[in-house]
Amino acid sequence: MADKGKLAIYWAASCGGCEISILAINEKILDVAAAFDIVFCPCIMDTKARDVEKMPDGTIDVCLFNGGIRTSEQEYMARLLRQKSKVLVAFGSCAQEGCIPGLANVTDRAEIFDAVYCTSASVDNPGRAVPQTETRVNGFLLSLPVFYDTVRTLGQTVPVDYYLPGCPPEAPRIWDAIVAILEGKLPAPGSVIGAQTTVCDECPRQRNEKKVKAFKRTWQIIPDEDTCLLEQGLLCCGPATRAGCDARCPRVNSPCIGCYGPNAGVQDQGARLMTALASVIDSQDPAEIDRIISEGIPDPVGTFYRFSLANSLLRRAAKVPDEQRHELPLPKAAGAQE
Amino acid sequence: MAERIGVYVCHCGSNIAGTVDVEEATRWAGENLPGVAIARDYKFLCSSLGQALIRDDIQEHGLTRVVVAACSPHLHEKTFRRACANAGLNSFLLQMANIREHVSWVTRSKEAATEKVKSLIAGAVARVQHHRPLEPTPVPVNPHTLVIGGGIAGIQAALELADAGYPVYLVEREPSIGGHMAQFDKTFPTLDCAACILTPKMSEVGQHEHIKLLTWSELEEVSGSIGNFKARIRRKARYVKEETCTGCGLCIEKCPRKVVDEVFEAGMGYRKAIYTPFPQAVPKIPVIDPKSCIWFERQRCRACEKLCPTNAIDFDQQDEILEVDVGNIILATGWDLFDCRRIPQYGYGRLANVFTSLEFERMCNASGPTGGRVVLRDGVTEPESVCIVHCVGSRDSHYNPYCSGICCMLSLKMGHLILEKTGAKVYACYIDMRPNKKDYEEFYQRLLEEGMLFVRGKVAEVTDVARTPPEEGKLIVQVEDTLLGKQRRIPVDMVVLMGAIEQRRDARETGLKVGISCSMAGWFIERHPKLDPIATMTEGIFIAGACQGPKDIPDAVAQGAAAAARVAGMISKGTVMIEPVVATIDEEKCSGCRICNNLCPFNAIDFLDDEKVSRVNAVLCKGCGTCVAACPAAAITGAHFSTEQVEAEIDGLLWDAGGDGEPAPTDQPELAPAATE
Repeated sequence: MADKGKLAIYWAASCGGCEISILAINEKILDVAAAFDIVFCPCIMDTKARDVEKMPDGTIDVCLFNGGIRTSEQEYMARLLRQKSKVLVAFGSCAQEGCIPGLANVTDRAEIFDAVYCTSASVDNPGRAVPQTETRVNGFLLSLPVFYDTVRTLGQTVPVDYYLPGCPPEAPRIWDAIVAILEGKLPAPGSVIGAQTTVCDECPRQRNEKKVKAFKRTWQIIPDEDTCLLEQGLLCCGPATRAGCDARCPRVNSPCIGCYGPNAGVQDQGARLMTALASVIDSQDPAEIDRIISEGIPDPVGTFYRFSLANSLLRRAAKVPDEQRHELPLPKAAGAQE
Repeated sequence: MAERIGVYVCHCGSNIAGTVDVEEATRWAGENLPGVAIARDYKFLCSSLGQALIRDDIQEHGLTRVVVAACSPHLHEKTFRRACANAGLNSFLLQMANIREHVSWVTRSKEAATEKVKSLIAGAVARVQHHRPLEPTPVPVNPHTLVIGGGIAGIQAALELADAGYPVYLVEREPSIGGHMAQFDKTFPTLDCAACILTPKMSEVGQHEHIKLLTWSELEEVSGSIGNFKARIRRKARYVKEETCTGCGLCIEKCPRKVVDEVFEAGMGYRKAIYTPFPQAVPKIPVIDPKSCIWFERQRCRACEKLCPTNAIDFDQQDEILEVDVGNIILATGWDLFDCRRIPQYGYGRLANVFTSLEFERMCNASGPTGGRVVLRDGVTEPESVCIVHCVGSRDSHYNPYCSGICCMLSLKMGHLILEKTGAKVYACYIDMRPNKKDYEEFYQRLLEEGMLFVRGKVAEVTDVARTPPEEGKLIVQVEDTLLGKQRRIPVDMVVLMGAIEQRRDARETGLKVGISCSMAGWFIERHPKLDPIATMTEGIFIAGACQGPKDIPDAVAQGAAAAARVAGMISKGTVMIEPVVATIDEEKCSGCRICNNLCPFNAIDFLDDEKVSRVNAVLCKGCGTCVAACPAAAITGAHFSTEQVEAEIDGLLWDAGGDGEPAPTDQPELAPAATE
């Protein structure tokens, strides 16, 4: 099997759902295994970073990288895998646009540490001990990766060849991408492997001209099964979200939450969604509009930028004045292998 | 960077060059901006020599894009587009940077101004590279014209067009045309009888073969654009069949219900529940006001119906919607009088013998409620003294900062009428006398000679609280006479308030319907305050008369005629060229979410049920960009305003801004010595 390709699957700031989604292609995983040797995948195999460091540059044919970049270690792995891979794929929403971990960009490290290690109701930490990058214990130096103030996407960290959107990417779309890779029918580097339209295109609901008098939250109504959810006042992100999931959520009477990211040609999904919603609010009275928004959308950032904050135009709430960065040096390259 | 760009920076005499180092900005653009093949500055680029310079450069240097940094594109974009077209370059391959209104006129520091000019030029240069050639589309002009408002301005506009043979729809919300002018007795400065000069025009309108008169009607909605508007007009139920009614007036005579006429008689007189506002009304067909009619109130009476000799009364009539296709629309919606109750210290509404100017007009009118006699509110007593208060709600920062323009002359006219009719003593309290048109100053001199008394000062208060015996039973006008430098208390029998001329209360809604806006003071905004006071920023919509700003009759007539001339010119030309700046929807990207569907102010977006996508009708689209911004899928692109072009412009504008503090993504991972374990 000398001509088998080499596949790496890595996770950074992510939940593990992307790996599960890869397995959800079911028996087709055998076809993947027939085509590729999986050379690196800490989730399912006992492989170490050191194994990758020893590889000559460009050894890995395809690396599916999921997760955002939150720590110096993740940044190091991103740069390392970039160096060792011919094709680097930002796999899933975290790697593409920061996803849920990226929402932490509304705050910074100090606040996160404070919440997690000090003030959380389930924590008893009177000494306010928080993780340190370096700690000396019995004369030995212990180190932890640097926890950054800002979550970055893979594309903001290293050059990425392809993006596969979704939280997680749907199994059929993963298979489409694998087929495209195997058959060499990939689009231009730097592009998103996915649809060019939005979720509404796949949604079977009846759509009319939209006029929204009040936004409802999902627990407030049981929506009609046939009509557009947005028209019923549910804040459905479908119009501003790339298709590819077959309108999975709207089909089960639940509004789209936007996990497939912005459509092709859109830089800022949240801004698109906001202008779209602003356009359908059915009132000319500023006070009433204010009320419709504040009552119906209590968490605007979490609603409009649930998946895309780290990749939005603003990227984070306010700049951290002296944000600490720590770039670990990469190993010296061995000669690239053909 | 294949484009060859010519950059031209205008001095505009000293308008720009006085504040901007034009030579430096030009040199900088030529040396630093990518794609710039030639950069020149010139004294007046809009001159024919300036245009020739651009034209020759395009031909000699093979320029493919042109950037002109000069004044607002509102003024000269057409000029420079033409210069490009004359040299064989598509006129949309031009971009203007406004360095006059946006820089030199609003900046003092030469250094800062020059830097800003550099940024604007950099933005224009970056943008113009992404421009695409576009061609305007010719569209036929519907020869019908809609005139909104049947006052003197609207009447004039309608007659001018109709006399030229072009069909006109004239819409008036009241039962008769005539407007405010019909309420007046005399007109200044000639003292012509208003009715004598107005009613011939009114009857001409009523009988004109090319005018379709729609009274008791209101504009509901307008769609479409220049050349091809579609207007929905609500014809309010008249309850009188227009085709059967002969206007004999028997119904009016026999109607038992009398109510105060708040509109035409300004609250000074009565009308019946079925009425025409005045005897010379056009059309002479009455209307039934359902709010005062006994039948509508308690299902009794129907006297008019029983007595009508032609059976023209129809209590079952409903409002009708009439749809008309027109090529152009003229708004001549007129004005409303300032509500004098808003200045409580002048006592209007509280002190009986304080009158508004309109009330006084009706009183002076021979066919008005007093038969033309000037009397106190009791209807009998002639006043022995009258004070006319100028600038009530005008030239007053609490109400309207502007001058209403006509009140000085109105006051003189009223002074003359009072002197003529009663021999009373007439005072006028003014801030400044402004009789500033032909024969107006002479009229002022005449009134000085006739013995009208002028007190220079803004009235503080009108009160009935006497301080001295001669003040008992009088209205006392408290005013500082600024020429004497003394406070005065002038006891009079009657006070007339020269209320401000204000925009119609519903003008903003009217403006929204046709797509034009109002100024801070409320007036409809003209395309250019000096050079184009008739046209608006929306092509095919014209404004005439007091809806554009306070005006006397000659000015309103002139504007009505001018608007008609503009429209007639367009109709006789036959076609208009529509800007190719329109939106298009990429049907691959469109998911059919329908968010854009009801946003378009021009109703240019259709949803195709079969394909489940939306589509823009390019003829109706005005390129406003509303749908482009709203499309959540980025499926809609605005020609000449594509995301690519706008982003390039922003990038150019920010040429000197630092990065965002992010380290640039490393193209090649840095290869450092291996980490020691």
